[in-house]
Amino acid sequence: MSKDYKIFVSCDKAAHTCDKSQYNEASLWEKIKLNIHLIYCKACRKYSSNNGKLTKLIKKSEVECLKASEKEKLKVNLNNELKNNQ
Amino acid sequence: MSGHEINPNKWIDLYSDYLFNYTITRVNDREIAQDIVQDTFFAGLKSMKNFKGEASERTWLISILKRKIIDHYRKINSRKGKAEVRMNLSFDGEDEGDWLEQRVADPFDKTAEDNLENTELGLAIHDCLGKLPAKQAEVFQMKTLLGYDTETICNELGITASNLWVIIHRARTSLATCIEEKWF
Repeated sequence: MSKDYKIFVSCDKAAHTCDKSQYNEASLWEKIKLNIHLIYCKACRKYSSNNGKLTKLIKKSEVECLKASEKEKLKVNLNNELKNNQ
Repeated sequence: MSGHEINPNKWIDLYSDYLFNYTITRVNDREIAQDIVQDTFFAGLKSMKNFKGEASERTWLISILKRKIIDHYRKINSRKGKAEVRMNLSFDGEDEGDWLEQRVADPFDKTAEDNLENTELGLAIHDCLGKLPAKQAEVFQMKTLLGYDTETICNELGITASNLWVIIHRARTSLATCIEEKWF
């Protein structure tokens, strides 16, 4: 990505950085730009705080889910059972 | 028959994550949880005729799952009963726990209530995930819950990075509203 040195970014870009930072993938410069944007943009402030809350909730609840391979295994077994029953 | 119908071919896609999450908060072991979910689906197949359509499919499966979890604990407990029970009241033979400091409640320790709340929260999140379009839910799960790299996901699903971020963004926005309604 070409680096742009603009300090003021659009809301789209700010939201994108905000999403990235939820996974610790935003660079320092991106984070600085995001925070500058948040100073004057109320909508993005709201989005950013909601986004943070969501991350925290998910972390707190320790949700688990099945991996794709595990699901496949379940599917195969279930199909076999289906055939046996018919 | 009322509106609820049963369709085993869709079970895994629709309910396996929900059931798995429900189980894992109760048995704390991925392998065992998977086995129990599998058993639940099998039992569901066998008793499909008894499904009256009064409850939704998921509620019905959960009720089977509950039985299966109880069965699981019965099984380990009967195994335990055969082994010799040895109680060690003082652990190292020393007077551990005699000091006042060791008896003070730890405020950072998780209480039963916290755990209960987290379990319910987990189920609420899965509920909301279920409402997302399949693609969004899939990407979001891979990214957030399984913690895959952006690159891995892109390769596996054949999408570009910016595509992925758009999907994540949409998923996060709708999840946030959904959870806000359900949870707060």
